[in-house]
Amino acid sequence: MIRADLVEQMVAHARRDHPDEACGILAGPDDGSDRPQRFVPMENAERSPTFYRFDSMEQLRVYKEMDANDEVPVVVYHSHTATEPYPSRTDISLAQEPFAHYVLVGTSDPDQHVLRSYRIVDGEVTEEEVQVVENYMFAHTGTDDVPDHAGS
Amino acid sequence: MSATVSIPTILRTHTGGEKQVKAEGSTLQEVITDLEANHPGIKDRLVTDGALHRFVNVYVNDEDVRFSGGLDAQVPDGGTVTILPAVAGGAR
Repeated sequence: MIRADLVEQMVAHARRDHPDEACGILAGPDDGSDRPQRFVPMENAERSPTFYRFDSMEQLRVYKEMDANDEVPVVVYHSHTATEPYPSRTDISLAQEPFAHYVLVGTSDPDQHVLRSYRIVDGEVTEEEVQVVENYMFAHTGTDDVPDHAGS
Repeated sequence: MSATVSIPTILRTHTGGEKQVKAEGSTLQEVITDLEANHPGIKDRLVTDGALHRFVNVYVNDEDVRFSGGLDAQVPDGGTVTILPAVAGGAR
């Protein structure tokens, strides 16, 4: 589940850097809620249409900031600018955040982006459904009518 | 000579879930050898054939060791060693 404004920011970043791959993080509280809250675009140190890598010094700064805020990288996103938004062999072999959702934004079509989300653990890829919501407060997760985090 | 080492999520299986551990050594090489003695298996995740993995970032006092001697980087007493997995990938 992901907020629409965060999706818009990721897609805008991917469009801005097209045809190079764009990358970044959506940080969220380290409380198991699995909810991305904060958009953190990162520099693609490779500036390449077929490869991305976080700039190591920017990554250190951002990870320390997340640590200080008790946040984790809930989402690690990058764009595929000419191919299908499915994790490539490179994506799979280099994935090292077992708890993150790997979000791919496909920008090969200038009018219509594609958004997909995967878990990548030990070389195994599992696609997951993405639910875009206006905000988490009123998003329903089950068949009942109780909003998530009601009263909080 | 003791340093504080920050362990990334993916390597915490080697440290019993600890985010930070202490290790002895005055160079990164020595710190990693000491880490391995207390947390077996961790060295293979960081070093192959005598060099740091390409997709692991290691910082000593917030400096990327790629630019300060790699495994020979000096670790001052009371210094910090931060290990982060490189976040990388790509369409090809």
